Amino acid sequence: YYIELYEMGWNLKDGLRDCLVAAAPYGGPIGEFCFITLLRKIVSEYSFVDDLSLCLLQWKSGVVKQLGWTVSDDLLCVQEDGTVLVYDLLGGFKRHFSMGNEVSQSQVLETKIFHSPYGTGVAILTGALRFTLATNIDDIKLRRLPEVPDLQGAPSCWAVLTQDRQSKVLVANGSHLFVLDNTACTPVTPPGLSPQASSIVHMCVSFSYKYLALLTDSGLVWMGTSNLKEKLSEVDTKIKAPPKQMAWCRRPKSQQPSAVVMWDGLLLVVGECKETIQYHLDDDSILVPELDGVRIISGTHHELLQEVPGACEEIFKIASMAPGALLLEAHKEYEKESQKADEYLREIKEQSLLSEAVRQCVEAAGHEHEPETQKTLLRAASFGKCFLSNFPPEQFVSMCRDLRVLNAVRDYTVGIPLSLTQFKQMTIQVLIDRLVYRKLYPLAIEVCCYLKTPEYQGVSRVLKHWACYKVQQKEESDEVIAKAVSVKLADAAGISYSEIATKAYESGRTELAIKLLEFEPRSGEQVPLLLKMKKSPLALSKAIESGDTDLVYTVVMYLKNELNRGDFFMMLRNQPVALSLYKQFCKHQEQDTLKDLFNQDDDHEELGNFYVKASYKEQRLEARIAHLQSAVDEYYKAKKEFSAKTTEDEMRLLRFQRKLEEEKGEQLVGFSLHDTMTTLLSVGLHKHVEQLYKDFRVPDKRFWWLRLKALAEKEDWEELEKFSKSKKSPIGYLPFVEVCIKHHNKYEARKYVSKVTLEQKVKAHLAVGDVEGAAEAAIERRNESEIGTVLSRCAATTDHLLVERLNRAKATVAKK
Amino acid sequence: ICFALLCHRTKLILILECQATKTCRKYVDLATNTDNANVKVLIDPKQFSRNEANGIIIIDKLQPRDFHILFVPRRSLLCEQRLKEKGVLNSFTNIDEYILDLIPYDGDLLSMESESSFRECYLENDQTSLYHAAKGLMTLQALYGTIPQIFGKGECARHVANMMLRMKREFAGSQTQILPVFDTLLLLDRNVDLLTPLATQLTYEGLIDEIFGITNGYVKLPPEKFAQKKQGEGGKELPTEPKKLQLNSAEELYAEIRDKNFNAVGAALSKKAKIISAAFEERHNAKTVGEIKQFVSQLPHMQAARSSLANHTSIAELIKDITTSEDFFDSLTVEQEFMTGVDTDKVSTYIEDCIAQKDPLIKILRLVCMQSVCNNGLKQKVLDYYKKEILQTYGYKHILTLKNLERVGLLKPQSTMRNNYPTIRKTLKLWMEDANEQNPNDISYVYSGYAPLSVRLTQVLARPGWRSIEEVLKMLPGPHFEERQQVPTGLHKKRQPGENRTILVFFLGGVTYAEIAALRFLSNMEDSGTEYIIAATKLINGTSWIKSLMDSPEENLP
Repeated sequence: YYIELYEMGWNLKDGLRDCLVAAAPYGGPIGEFCFITLLRKIVSEYSFVDDLSLCLLQWKSGVVKQLGWTVSDDLLCVQEDGTVLVYDLLGGFKRHFSMGNEVSQSQVLETKIFHSPYGTGVAILTGALRFTLATNIDDIKLRRLPEVPDLQGAPSCWAVLTQDRQSKVLVANGSHLFVLDNTACTPVTPPGLSPQASSIVHMCVSFSYKYLALLTDSGLVWMGTSNLKEKLSEVDTKIKAPPKQMAWCRRPKSQQPSAVVMWDGLLLVVGECKETIQYHLDDDSILVPELDGVRIISGTHHELLQEVPGACEEIFKIASMAPGALLLEAHKEYEKESQKADEYLREIKEQSLLSEAVRQCVEAAGHEHEPETQKTLLRAASFGKCFLSNFPPEQFVSMCRDLRVLNAVRDYTVGIPLSLTQFKQMTIQVLIDRLVYRKLYPLAIEVCCYLKTPEYQGVSRVLKHWACYKVQQKEESDEVIAKAVSVKLADAAGISYSEIATKAYESGRTELAIKLLEFEPRSGEQVPLLLKMKKSPLALSKAIESGDTDLVYTVVMYLKNELNRGDFFMMLRNQPVALSLYKQFCKHQEQDTLKDLFNQDDDHEELGNFYVKASYKEQRLEARIAHLQSAVDEYYKAKKEFSAKTTEDEMRLLRFQRKLEEEKGEQLVGFSLHDTMTTLLSVGLHKHVEQLYKDFRVPDKRFWWLRLKALAEKEDWEELEKFSKSKKSPIGYLPFVEVCIKHHNKYEARKYVSKVTLEQKVKAHLAVGDVEGAAEAAIERRNESEIGTVLSRCAATTDHLLVERLNRAKATVAKK
Repeated sequence: ICFALLCHRTKLILILECQATKTCRKYVDLATNTDNANVKVLIDPKQFSRNEANGIIIIDKLQPRDFHILFVPRRSLLCEQRLKEKGVLNSFTNIDEYILDLIPYDGDLLSMESESSFRECYLENDQTSLYHAAKGLMTLQALYGTIPQIFGKGECARHVANMMLRMKREFAGSQTQILPVFDTLLLLDRNVDLLTPLATQLTYEGLIDEIFGITNGYVKLPPEKFAQKKQGEGGKELPTEPKKLQLNSAEELYAEIRDKNFNAVGAALSKKAKIISAAFEERHNAKTVGEIKQFVSQLPHMQAARSSLANHTSIAELIKDITTSEDFFDSLTVEQEFMTGVDTDKVSTYIEDCIAQKDPLIKILRLVCMQSVCNNGLKQKVLDYYKKEILQTYGYKHILTLKNLERVGLLKPQSTMRNNYPTIRKTLKLWMEDANEQNPNDISYVYSGYAPLSVRLTQVLARPGWRSIEEVLKMLPGPHFEERQQVPTGLHKKRQPGENRTILVFFLGGVTYAEIAALRFLSNMEDSGTEYIIAATKLINGTSWIKSLMDSPEENLP
């Protein structure tokens, strides 16, 4: 049952009698508080599980009520006023937080620190006899639990439970038990608790929160499930004195519940049966519940008490005939070169239990703490394996690996007395973290490499922590540190340099932080820190480098608030990408700023465009023209003659439209020149159209089209004919034909067919439906494709003769 | 996909446009206004369209005061900042992002549906969409393995490649070990090939897009044609709602004909019609119960095929009405003249006539831009003449649009440099005289003669390689480059003989359906040995593309 872990070598005058001691589970560190003088000057000594103390801390703050460790190996000191101070493993002060006003007013009476899947929690019983609880100290949400009825003084005992994803408090007031959760206080009774007890004096919850043990003033230990639905056993300790401590001592999956109760100088193990096991304790000791046992810490010793694992029991039981025991024996004989080895082996093999034997030996080795015993067992296993074919090697290999790591961390210089079960439960990740907290970087890296942890989760992470630590070392120069960090971290994948840089910045080394940031491949990570360090130009160029426009915007907006306008514009000017993004922003949000930006760059063309755009927002003609005039000026400055002239034309047109509107009442403003002319033609204002034609130098071709269409629209065929004869048409006469047809006037259309040029004759004839004429023209032109077109329009039956003629013509053309 | 996810969690969905800066305010205002009251502003979830939704606020019906924000496509610090300034950031219970970079549109097609990507990149110098493209490619690589080779052409391509390599370094150490699916990534800037989108697409799918416009995989069609078919002769009421059809490869017939030249679609449809009616005839031959049962089991499939055939016959008829019109023919002739380099330096009479008749502005712009691109810029006189004509006819406000087109290089005055388009055309064989529309043997069938430059570049890259066209590459804008990414040892793909290489072609600034068709054609070519997967910032056509570049202020005068 007993395993001695270390001999303690702490340097205390008074032993542990007047100390507050807290030890973290999973072989964690021990924190200790000693009241040395009546002046309440307190020295806290962080000692370690061995004779190497991690650090010694001179305590200067208020009265400490309770010590505890967090899941990430930080020390919590709960003060009388509800303030919780957090120290790291090496005694560095990290932060502090308060447990709320109510606590600080009524003072802390009792405190418990507990661990749950959500992190480390703190539960406080205040002087007002109320409970306040925070489930996770990294994300503090204080909860004040309901009142316990009829509570006169401090309850006889209480414990924190984690059930249904909620932290609850179990309180005993005399013989009454209550469960406090967020909303209610529910009285409960443990099933089967013997009635003679008048008060529950002590309680403890198992490591997994699944089981509960109660100790009554009559010396009775009740054990059951923590939901109080099932009783496991009840044992009479026959000791009525109040105990110092009580803890569960149980390995996972074990069927036998057992708890350890400690009095001065006496340790009692109670289990399912009525029997108890007694140990004598020389020293004042502390019990630390673990996943698979209890650690007992005294002034001189540090021991682990646990139920003997099945495999070990099988093998080492006196006169055991289990296959593992036989195999071990066989191997011993083999070493002695005795033929008895063969006999033992045969005996196992006859029952075909050899693989079972090997398995037992390997498993037992895992539970042994003494390397020599481990070796003996593993050798035996290896020996047995030789006689087996197809025995899967994984278990053996991984056990050897794990043990090597465990032995390394159990070494007194490291001082993490982990058992295999604990190690498996806590995972390699966490072990590495814990090594890192102890700044045992080389060992952590060794472990990572040895266990082949993926680089990203293993070596890289350790190196990052190392670097974070390194940058805080004040005595070395920036260059040296930056170099050292970059050399060490060069090949490691997935390093977050920005985290390291943040650390450097936090310890006041801005220059170093900038140097380190240079190594950061992720710009997104660099930018916020650079901004924090007020290195905005660098932040801006990094943001641009990343290509993440959102990031650029973030910096730009930051700069906008931070700098005066001139500097801000200057900075943007040097960064075209940022500038154009900012322009986009202004386009939608700040039109005036946009103008200023263009002004600054002397970008007259853009300014011109800006005014043009602005002009369209105006409701009044005068304002619009004013804007356009500004645009014209800018365009001239930019030497954009075409744009300037065009805009001048636009102004002219607007004025003209307005004038005509006033004179003739015709809706014109906003129309294009073309539409204006069409409208004017349709109402017969030919003179004005003529004027526009000249003023705006409308090309003849388009002017003809325009008039043609307008006249056809009005069906003013007479005027159209006059128009067609006014001059030689610059667009030819085919459009006349087509437009007439479009307005269903075949008669008029025919008038123009004769005027159409030779090339377009066929088309014109076809348009008016004159197939014969088309054929004539096509044959005359001797154009094969045109003949083809006409042919396709001929109806084979009616135009029999024509088809023949066309085919003949086609043949002749083809010959040539 | 996106939508289902949102519905699943909440009862009401409120979608607001929120491009990082533009409408942030709108969105903040809304958040403030609705803070206390029950939410009044609702947008019908059915109208949800991906490209509009850059920011989403979801409001839980049961708790009207519970606000959630989902940023699409990515969380924006700027938005959060503004929300904070407005003091509403804390009223949101959840702030999260729904990363939506590349949306799969078909088995071989991904699109970011980033409408204004081209405009932002080339006009406004805002490379946000490129950042999202790079992020999307990183996601793709996380899922399908590191792409060992990256080729690219153009400034944006270079930028995306740089970001990718950078992000790769950022993620170093955390990448998963996946056998690469893609052998090569090709990044192409749209401005390397400005010509292709301007030309009228002549594949079936391309024409549907040109004429009716395909949005998010759906097309809306005039209902008349479909009504007759369904209601028979007695149809009294004509439905006024446009007919909405989903178009993708899930529809067997569509998959078959979508990439054909339209001139080959008629034949394919009639062949299909025969097969289907033959299949229906089978029922007369079915004698035994077993045979009948088998026939019946095939019935749903056959009926679906028949209705699909009916739909596509109607669509084809609608398209045919347009493609056989003289207008369409004339405009196509002019386009082809430009592409073959006929009279590109003079004012085109056709364009003049079109302007004089006030044809749609976008049509004019497409033609003028095309002429400019094919002539590597227009003579100043010609350019000014066109501009003046356009401004006088369509209004002076279009001056801004014209300036935009000039800025992105679609319109430009001729520089002293020689017109290099003919050289490019000849070297890359952009014009094929004898394009076979029915049984194509070259990608030029998609434009009935013109082989899209972008796809030619892709084709040459696959074989024989870009080194052979170094000269031409230099003539095209932007740098061309090749990068290699380290693939973890052991993941080097050992290609089986006969196994195809896979190239992911990413069009920065948009891709047309005809280009997609051309790439699919290359994938299916027997001896190509290369399979193409296509990704783009947006599926575009000439019209939607030019539209995205237009800047026409609203008339405000009374």
